[in-house]
Amino acid sequence: MSILTLFIIIPVLTVIGILLSKNHMQVKWVAVVGMSLQLLSAISLIFLYLAQRKAGNMAEVLFVQDYVWYQTLNIHFYVGVDGVSVAMIGLTALVVFAGIFASWDIVDLPREFFTSLILLATGVFGFFICLDLFTMFLFYELAVIPMYLLIGIWGSGPRHYSAMKLTLMLMGGSAFILLGIIGIYFNSAPNGGPLTFDLIRISKEHIPLNVQLFLFPFLFVGFGVLGAMFPFHTWSPDGHASAPTAVSMLHAGVLMKLGGYGCYRVAVFLLPDAAHQLGWIFLILATIGVIYGALGAIWQKDLKYINAYSSVSHCALVLFAILMFNQTAMNGAIMQMISHGIMTALFFALIGMIYGRTHTRFINEMGGLMKVMPFLAVAYVIAGLASLGLPGFSGFVAEMTIFVGAFQNVDTFHRVATIIAASSIVVTAVYVLRVVGILLLGKIKNEHFEVLPDARWYDKISVVALIFGITLIGVAPLWLSDMISQGLGPIVHRLIAAAPLLIK
Amino acid sequence: MIDFSYTIWILLIPLFMFVVVGLFGNRFKPIVSGIAGTSGLFVMWVLSLVTAYKYFFVLEKAADGSFQKLLAVNIRWLNLTDKLHIDMGVLLDPISIMMLIVITTVSFMVHLYSIGYMDGEKGFMRFFATLSLFSFSMLGLVVATNIFQMYIFWELVGVSSYLLIGFYYTKDSAVSASKKAFIVTRFADLGFLIGILMLSFSAGTFDFLSLTDIHGPAMSSGSGVMFLGLSTMTWSMIFIFMGGAGKSAMFPLHIWLPDAMEGPTPVSALIHAATMVVAGVYLVARLFPIYALKAPVALDVVMYVGAFSSIFAAVIACTQFDIKRVLAYSTMSQIGMMMFALGVSGYGGHEGLGYMASMFHLFTHAFFKALLFLAAGAIIHAVHSNVMNDMGGLRKHLPITHATFLIACLAIAGIPPLAGFFSKDEILAAGHEKSLMLYWVEMIVSGLTAFYMFRLYYSIFWGKDQHYHHTPHEASWTMTVPLMFLAVGALLAGLIPFSMFVSSDRMPFMSHIELGIAIPAVLVGLFGIILATIFYRKETTIPDQVFNALGGFSRAAYRKFYIDEVYLFITKKIIFNYVSRPIAWFDRHVVDGAMNGVAYVTNETSERMKRFQSGQLQQYALVLVSGVVLLTLLFTYLWTN
Repeated sequence: MSILTLFIIIPVLTVIGILLSKNHMQVKWVAVVGMSLQLLSAISLIFLYLAQRKAGNMAEVLFVQDYVWYQTLNIHFYVGVDGVSVAMIGLTALVVFAGIFASWDIVDLPREFFTSLILLATGVFGFFICLDLFTMFLFYELAVIPMYLLIGIWGSGPRHYSAMKLTLMLMGGSAFILLGIIGIYFNSAPNGGPLTFDLIRISKEHIPLNVQLFLFPFLFVGFGVLGAMFPFHTWSPDGHASAPTAVSMLHAGVLMKLGGYGCYRVAVFLLPDAAHQLGWIFLILATIGVIYGALGAIWQKDLKYINAYSSVSHCALVLFAILMFNQTAMNGAIMQMISHGIMTALFFALIGMIYGRTHTRFINEMGGLMKVMPFLAVAYVIAGLASLGLPGFSGFVAEMTIFVGAFQNVDTFHRVATIIAASSIVVTAVYVLRVVGILLLGKIKNEHFEVLPDARWYDKISVVALIFGITLIGVAPLWLSDMISQGLGPIVHRLIAAAPLLIK
Repeated sequence: MIDFSYTIWILLIPLFMFVVVGLFGNRFKPIVSGIAGTSGLFVMWVLSLVTAYKYFFVLEKAADGSFQKLLAVNIRWLNLTDKLHIDMGVLLDPISIMMLIVITTVSFMVHLYSIGYMDGEKGFMRFFATLSLFSFSMLGLVVATNIFQMYIFWELVGVSSYLLIGFYYTKDSAVSASKKAFIVTRFADLGFLIGILMLSFSAGTFDFLSLTDIHGPAMSSGSGVMFLGLSTMTWSMIFIFMGGAGKSAMFPLHIWLPDAMEGPTPVSALIHAATMVVAGVYLVARLFPIYALKAPVALDVVMYVGAFSSIFAAVIACTQFDIKRVLAYSTMSQIGMMMFALGVSGYGGHEGLGYMASMFHLFTHAFFKALLFLAAGAIIHAVHSNVMNDMGGLRKHLPITHATFLIACLAIAGIPPLAGFFSKDEILAAGHEKSLMLYWVEMIVSGLTAFYMFRLYYSIFWGKDQHYHHTPHEASWTMTVPLMFLAVGALLAGLIPFSMFVSSDRMPFMSHIELGIAIPAVLVGLFGIILATIFYRKETTIPDQVFNALGGFSRAAYRKFYIDEVYLFITKKIIFNYVSRPIAWFDRHVVDGAMNGVAYVTNETSERMKRFQSGQLQQYALVLVSGVVLLTLLFTYLWTN
């Protein structure tokens, strides 16, 4: 049995354990044990993967396992990973682990909460390990549905509206994706033979250009909605603002990455000619998204809105980099997904912890929190500095890889887009420092806040784990970048075949 | 061949200090972090001196007699493209070693001084942790082996500066000053980044060794396509200079520096006088072969920006009353002179006089400007104010501070044989060869420098005693020893035969004092001092009369020529109100409105549609019959035609 199956089995066992537990404490500890095991498996997967590569195993995907589960349509449970998926699995495991500790304070229906949370995680893990389009889609849906319950039941503010909006928009995206996947399926064997959902096999075929041109927008927009692509990002601010802490963390940290990953793995990988011809449209949208999200964040007053807009900007940079179609930029895109995933999870965790103490998220009502809760405040500053791309944290590595990669495209259009996107580093600094200044520094505005407690042990575990993640990547990025790089080979070759003029 | 790989410890010690003090500092008494930091710096200082000795006197020179460029350490950090990769390492050449000495010396003195100055402050440990972070970043910047490593440490220096300016984080002015410093330099760094991208794309490398090799890829590559009459290479160098101008507070990116004085005074001495703000000069010097040989237009930009900044800041310095701000503008003015010297320089041999002069001035300036700031700190410590009007007659109370301050003033005014005289003389000589007009501009700057420094000196130490809360007294030895040490530096640093060590092509050459330049320069300096003596030695009304006589000009200078207001207008009014706010509105109402609109239309449609499913037989029958009738009519019509 492949190690990858563990990533499905452990969460399922955890859910069963949670359902069987007797009280709140037991629920939490079962969740902790399960997700710690999951994190350990993810770490060992990284080591196993690197060891295999070092041993000279250069297969396109490793740890492959293949079951047929619906013969009629040739649907498989086909799992396997390359460097990119291993990195994404590591990210997911870390964020879920931190998310469990960040929701330690959940009082209402903890059993149901943790069940939904882990089901969501299962969907995400399944999505990243699967190589069968249909099964991937299945897991994708599995990740989206619990979101509705999590926001609708445990959320705050206009939670029903937000939950409905988020789910409907994502479902709209799903419909597009489904259409795209079915379209690919019916063209998966242009030279005869059985139709297939097998991603690797389809990638060896050449789908006719007119079909590609028809399907690409569906898939890219479909996944783009989840990746908060401008102008389909508006579910994100409302959704995040209403979602409970751990859900925001998982959603922004991991679920939004399904969008970017899908754009990369499905839309661009399987439809390279169309990607090359239509990419410029989405590149414009992504470039707008980068700067628009950042400028939008300046004006916000709610911490979660600020972070949601910042996520729009950072995630747009992922799509921007994917659409640059070269190895370096794509490497940057994946690193940006990882980096943003950890960073934004950290942000939402901290926002949740601050909100849990002050019961407000409006920055103008707070101030001087550095004095009251130094641990959380320092962590917030670190998250902010990571977000504005300070060297030593993962964001810098990702952004610089993207910009260097993007700059390898010599035409004016790409150059201008790159410079516009790069200017976001200034705007990001503005909104990050504005929040830090108002929220944490200065004098304490509300005397009730002077007695608030600082982080508790479970808060600290969550925060430290995430900070460790961004610092590790920021200080020593070579292993990650090389690991991702190996996974990018096939896609880059296909893109070069589609457009020989592209730079490797 | 000597092994220099131990130099990596000069970087690792402060990094270690930062991590340990930052994480565990509060487990110990505050003083422990101060002593640990200071002793760490002492070790680094010794290591730097040893390195300098070994490099200049023991290491054999290259075949052509020049000093070698050595990669003491170089580790792959990140792979980007086939050609481009980022390394981390230590590059040793004359200017990086000179910077090592400047940074470790001043930083060591500032650490020692801070033990006394910051005593009893809340956040003593945080202060030393951040100071270690700064030392690490600054040293990493100067020994960078490639331009990307430099950029990385450049940003880290920026954030340490941000953290230290905002040290008193409960004070709103400190918070906004730190924010301003970070954002302005970040904006400049955007230019730096774009410049790096352009340069590395055309040269195919980040590496300083191959970038500045005069037979290397950057030099031999074509200048690239032209854009607005300038080559890509020129544009990239101008963009890179933008980064340097931001860090070095050159006009018009200087606005953060005066505000940065909100930080603790030792920080101003270290970061905003001696080390970080000269990083821009160092950057241009680092890439000097490209500027001089491939992008002369960019080098002219450096020259004009430097010259203008120096006179602009000197004029403002004459009108300010906050002693730290006077020093800040003075720093800006002096750095402008360094930039100017680089701008007028050529490459190689005596042509490169300006380059040598610039580095020389950087070196001497570090001593006397750090001294001025530390002395100012001692004064502020004694009288609890940093406004000139609250001071007077302090020479009796603070004899050591007075003596050292006077030495520094004489040094900066360019009076022989103090340090400033030699370096400034070389700058003027280099300027004289290139442009007579700018030479006279710098001459005026010299005079203004002497004038405002002695205006400061007299207002602080002469005149009448003010009403002090308690009698001002000299601070503890940890504060006075650094003053005396730096005063020795300010006295003697100029006697070093600098051109034997540092030159544009690393080839030693002889330079000498030209009396035709030196005598007028000294006279101008003396004139400035005399003028200041007349104005400020005793309290007179002459300054006010002059101020009023100059009318609008002096008021504008006092208000710093309204540059801050211009920036505020652009950021607050235009970007906040006319860009960001509409975007936020647009997003909520137009983009999201469209989404809600779709939902609404769907809802409405289904509301209408559901009426068809009424379940009433009569309605169904009616629809059925009317359908039949309509279809019959339609078909009959089609049939008959």
